[in-house]
Amino acid sequence: MSALREDFREILRLVRPGSRVLDVGCGEGDLLELLSREKGVEGQGLEISPKGVSACLARGLSVVQGDGDRDLDHFPTKAFDYAILSKTLQQMREPRHVLSELLRIADRAVVSVPNFGHWRVRLALLLKGRMPETKALPDPWWSTPNIHLCTLRDFTALCEDLNLRIDACSALSQGQPAKPIDPMHPIENWRAESAIFLLSRRAEPEAPAPKGDLFE
Amino acid sequence: MRFPADKPLRLDSGASLAPLEIAYKTYGQLNADKTNAVLVCHALTGDQHAASVHPVTGKPGWWDRVIGPGLPLDPERYFVICSNVIGGCMGSTGPSSINPKTGQPYGLAFPMITIADMVRAQAMLVDALGIETLFAVIGGSMGGMQVQQWAADYPDRLVNAVCIAAAPRHSAQNIAFHEVGRQAIMADPDWRGGAYELEGVRPEKGLAVARMAAHITYLSEPALQRKFGRELQRDGLSWGFDADFQVESYLRHQGASFVDRFDANSYLYITRALDYFDLAASYGGILAEAFRRARHVRFCVLSFSSDWLYSTAESRDIVRALNAAGCRASFVEIETDKGHDAFFLDEPQLDSALRGFLDSAAQARGLA
Repeated sequence: MSALREDFREILRLVRPGSRVLDVGCGEGDLLELLSREKGVEGQGLEISPKGVSACLARGLSVVQGDGDRDLDHFPTKAFDYAILSKTLQQMREPRHVLSELLRIADRAVVSVPNFGHWRVRLALLLKGRMPETKALPDPWWSTPNIHLCTLRDFTALCEDLNLRIDACSALSQGQPAKPIDPMHPIENWRAESAIFLLSRRAEPEAPAPKGDLFE
Repeated sequence: MRFPADKPLRLDSGASLAPLEIAYKTYGQLNADKTNAVLVCHALTGDQHAASVHPVTGKPGWWDRVIGPGLPLDPERYFVICSNVIGGCMGSTGPSSINPKTGQPYGLAFPMITIADMVRAQAMLVDALGIETLFAVIGGSMGGMQVQQWAADYPDRLVNAVCIAAAPRHSAQNIAFHEVGRQAIMADPDWRGGAYELEGVRPEKGLAVARMAAHITYLSEPALQRKFGRELQRDGLSWGFDADFQVESYLRHQGASFVDRFDANSYLYITRALDYFDLAASYGGILAEAFRRARHVRFCVLSFSSDWLYSTAESRDIVRALNAAGCRASFVEIETDKGHDAFFLDEPQLDSALRGFLDSAAQARGLA
């Protein structure tokens, strides 16, 4: 592997050794392999592309072909210590449902999202009047896979709404080490390109579970 | 392998079978540590000739695309065992075997069998071969059901399990198609209440029709369309009931060649065993409970996108249960329009999934 991705480095730091980890959208299994090598985790991947799934199998990783939007429902409650969703929440059809599913399946979730409140994004929209194309969000509006973008403030509001606790948060910028931040602070909503969150469920009172699980 | 009368096979029905013959083939050598044994479980009309020339048809083994030098199941690395299921007709004890009580073929006096009975017989064979633990048990279709049964009944004897194009239970539709086949056999006047062998006849027409109906379920609609469309056998219609269409001629050929190598009563018994299969039933209806003791086993579940006999949804049921039981499970849906039969055909994605899973498992097990 080339230089360690910054978000991987941060995830490696957050995940406890020997835990059970579900990586949603695990690609070719780079992160799972890293976590099992460095932290001795028991990993399970969920990946939509046949190529990624085959690569994971060849690496001896457990991987289920499936779609984060549809197939999280199939995993039993509290089956994992951590569910990881790296840079794909904004590509989901129902991010809210996915987020609450992650924290049904696992005790903790590690989720990273690009920040649509970053100053470059705001400036591009303000000055050019066009949908922003930045390093973190490089695609034009008509071909971007990012269909549900949010700002840091939007994301923290959703966590609040789902009764999730933010146990840790770091800002991620390309080529720079992750920096712990307070995601509620307005300045971070301007200057973080993207952010990675460690989430857990708040203790009672719990929000009523959405009635979305067809398989219960 | 012959098991004498004092070593009967207990059957789920309460009956037992003795003496018992299990016909099997092996490929490769068992290593000194006995860690490289792989049991391959065959499908409904398969047999032990997985990678060797079939003695009746002269055709290559049904899985010689997977078992062989340089292939995912390389005999240089593995000791591959494939046995004919009990109830079968290629040498293992079945309805055409001699009933020791009468000195005549069993016919319908043969006891009803189940998938679990087939697996229990395989475990006896594996014992007799001096093998404690199987590196892997692998099978497609009915073979995949045996794989699941192995995981439920003998989890401590497995390291890896590969279940291809199977289901955890037979659906109403599955049972319905089998019933059509059985009724076709039993409606043949030459069936003679199952005693056709005594009377020197065979219900070939009925068995052929059963095969024709079943064969449709092994193919997808697009595959049938691509292969045959509405193409005619010769120019113009016959204005009669000859095989005008190529698809008719193909099915007739499938039926006719099947009767040369398969026994009608075996077909009745094995289809019944499949219909009775419902792994969760013995576990309070909760499939995950069946896999609870198999947490150390690495599973690989594979399905084919166009398989409507045992669909992807059913493979996902297995995967979900494995997940719920805390087992290490991988799942791949192989994109193909070839239907259920893709399992025997040239599917590079199947090969690469099998190879990837087995190679990494072999590495973990220290097999060269």
